[in-house]
Amino acid sequence: MSAVGVLLRREMALAWGRGGGPLLAVGFFTAATTMLPLAVGPSPAHLAAVAGGVTWVALVLASLLSLERLFARDFEDGALDLIALGPLPLEAAAAVKCLAQWLAAGAPLALAAPLAAVALGARPAAGPMIAVAAALGGLAFAFVGGAGAALALSSRRGGVLIAVVVLPLLAPPVIFGGAAVGACEAGLAWGAAFALLAAYALAAVALAPFAMAAACRNALS
Amino acid sequence: MIARLDIEGLAVRRGERLLFAGVSFGLAAGEAVALTGPNGAGKTSLLRAVAGFIRPAQGRVRFIGAAGELEPDEARRRACHLIGHQDGLETSRIGREELVFQTRRAGGRQAAALAAADRLELGRLLDLEVRMLSAGQRRRLALCRLIAAPRSLWLLDEPLAPLDAMSRALFGQVMDEHLRGGGLILAAVHDPLPIAARIVELGG
Repeated sequence: MSAVGVLLRREMALAWGRGGGPLLAVGFFTAATTMLPLAVGPSPAHLAAVAGGVTWVALVLASLLSLERLFARDFEDGALDLIALGPLPLEAAAAVKCLAQWLAAGAPLALAAPLAAVALGARPAAGPMIAVAAALGGLAFAFVGGAGAALALSSRRGGVLIAVVVLPLLAPPVIFGGAAVGACEAGLAWGAAFALLAAYALAAVALAPFAMAAACRNALS
Repeated sequence: MIARLDIEGLAVRRGERLLFAGVSFGLAAGEAVALTGPNGAGKTSLLRAVAGFIRPAQGRVRFIGAAGELEPDEARRRACHLIGHQDGLETSRIGREELVFQTRRAGGRQAAALAAADRLELGRLLDLEVRMLSAGQRRRLALCRLIAAPRSLWLLDEPLAPLDAMSRALFGQVMDEHLRGGGLILAAVHDPLPIAARIVELGG
């Protein structure tokens, strides 16, 4: 357990220390959602219609921002060797890194999401539901994105590969999350879409660590 | 605890090229082996094969403990240190933080990490960010984890290259103590090690 704690604390310190994780993600998210009224005009009816969807799109893009460095940093300076030779299996270490990524970027974004959505005209009553959906979605983004980041290690243009590999895999949580938020907005039943979002997030948490560990081993060899 | 390392008929292929084949040697507790050979002979690859990062094309690596053969991955995770070309230090963090992280990660304690830093005469350098340290100082910081988190097999890749004469002598003492305590050292080197070591030549 202490091995997990040691790694988690370092990852969090790295994410917060350089101002990258939370500030970058939330800053980007805020910028993207405040640009919308400037682009489509301030009509409340227009904005309220797309508030949920735009929030969700900005959420995905903001989550992807700092992913590229998730494994590349440790790979370049040799720390991934140490992590691979540490007491934790590589699968667990990869999961811890993604969890730290979620804590540093996904959780702050989940707090910012309802504010942005409500500012754009969503019903305030939908706020808590949007926050929970964003937190779940963020978990999926962090783990699926982590798998992309690990796969990109052994290639030179890693960033492009992450976008190509990861974006299709992020389509389901965007569809389910956007649908759940939209339905909640409209006062319809949103349970089904929400359950699918949760299922996708849990599947990502369960499966992605194996993909990440295999990709890291491949890059290290 | 690893009491013996056996390398049996090892061959490593990188891409299309066969780096070496049929390399066999053993390493008992208290012994050091210096791997020598020209650039590109496969010294680093051999170390990484022992560490489990590279799958050998042929042959195998066996770790033998006091009670018989160990499961290789378990032995690597519990009883093996690797010092590579890169020191694995995050340059934006304070030296002390990285040292304590690396030590605890390898199963050692904070107090031991700080004692090791004293031993390698890092002193106040620990308060600086890693990027402010010279190559030799970074290497000394990385070597601290060998002392602070005791593990029996040390895999060292050019451990002395960036060090000055005084640090080399100091680390020589550390290696000597490790061997006398029943440790094993496998080091890829160009310069001779400051301790008694059997030489295994690759690509010769």
